[in-house]
Amino acid sequence: MSTTTSLTSDIAFRTYLLRLADDRLILGQRISEWCGHGPELEEDLALANIALDLIGHSSALYEYANQFDERGDLTPDHFVYFRDDPEFTNLQLCELPRGDYAFTTARLFLFSSFSFFLYRNLQSIEDEQFRGMIQKHLKEVKYHLRHSRDWVIKLGDGTDISHQKIQEALNELWMYIGELFYADEVDQLMVYSGNGTDTSVFHGEWKQLVEQTLTEATLEIPDWDQFMISGSRKGIHSEHLGHLLAQMQFLRRSHQDADWQ
Amino acid sequence: MPTGNNHTEAQIWDYLAEVVDPEIPVLNIIEMGIARQVDVSDQHVQVKITPTYSGCPAMNAIEQGVKQKLEEKGISNFDVVMDYSEAWTTDWMTGEAKEKLKDYGIAPPTETLNEEDFLTSLSGNKVVPCPFCDSLDTVLQSQFGSTACKAQYFCNSCNQPYEHFKCH
Repeated sequence: MSTTTSLTSDIAFRTYLLRLADDRLILGQRISEWCGHGPELEEDLALANIALDLIGHSSALYEYANQFDERGDLTPDHFVYFRDDPEFTNLQLCELPRGDYAFTTARLFLFSSFSFFLYRNLQSIEDEQFRGMIQKHLKEVKYHLRHSRDWVIKLGDGTDISHQKIQEALNELWMYIGELFYADEVDQLMVYSGNGTDTSVFHGEWKQLVEQTLTEATLEIPDWDQFMISGSRKGIHSEHLGHLLAQMQFLRRSHQDADWQ
Repeated sequence: MPTGNNHTEAQIWDYLAEVVDPEIPVLNIIEMGIARQVDVSDQHVQVKITPTYSGCPAMNAIEQGVKQKLEEKGISNFDVVMDYSEAWTTDWMTGEAKEKLKDYGIAPPTETLNEEDFLTSLSGNKVVPCPFCDSLDTVLQSQFGSTACKAQYFCNSCNQPYEHFKCH
């Protein structure tokens, strides 16, 4: 570790946890928009369950991120309700509007398949509490992956319209998947301290799972080498995040004494 | 005022056995594998519990249930700690607990899969026998059911929908 850098291992840990948490919170919030609007009852329940899991994951990660904060008194509510969009470090993939059911399914598949390999590779990290969370969350990620993968195949290999919709969703989402494998000095420091993983080691396996699934779904695989968006880990977002935050945060901000209990 | 020192560890475990999971009232929190550890020192009782599913709303109720039970038994100096160090798994459920689930009409969890087996299992559905008639002619309706821990199945033999406690 270079002594000239101002990045301490505590800041790296906090940043790493917040990135993971922000991805899950924002995607969970997007998926929760389906509650009461699912295409059928079972899917309504499934999507609400998945949203609940993702928000649950983010809550545990935010709580733990506070341990690495110099103030040390930040609650999950602070991270969720009292930060503005440049402070959020979630992937743009997660903030895109919910779209139709095909779009939601395609995004969940791309995100959960990545999460599966990421969490599998984080199973043996040093930090006991963080490792416990990751092990716990991986179990749930498996359901999200199985469920979304099944539906990508059902829609792709379904009717002409369902095939067309899921193909269009994948084409639209494709430029947002490059960021999944973004890595910077935060990741390097986490790998160095035994609490992170080098995502490039499972890039091939992930790509293989995606290709196998799309092929089984009779879908065309978009161009891996096309233009890919970047910047979210540094707080650069699409216009959609602001709208999402406005809806998610306004109540808590307007009523300072609002409480869960 | 009675405190932790009037109660033995074994007694605390007995009290915890009286706290049930509100979603599955047929199992108590020891059988569920939620109550992990009890420490009794001079003036203090500490109970460690572990969450089942990350977003499970029953966890708050369970935590409250433990607190209420300890107060009811006259213990005032205690804390209930949420422990994440070991991830909860349905493998911690006893055979007896799984029998109780089945009698209650919920198909119990089987052994969990490791990551490599999981990947190969992606294309193929496992068979979950019907808890009512033991038929194997059943079909998965949804991976997600009325609570985070259950999936929806349907039995083609006795024409009954039923829930399966997912392997976790």
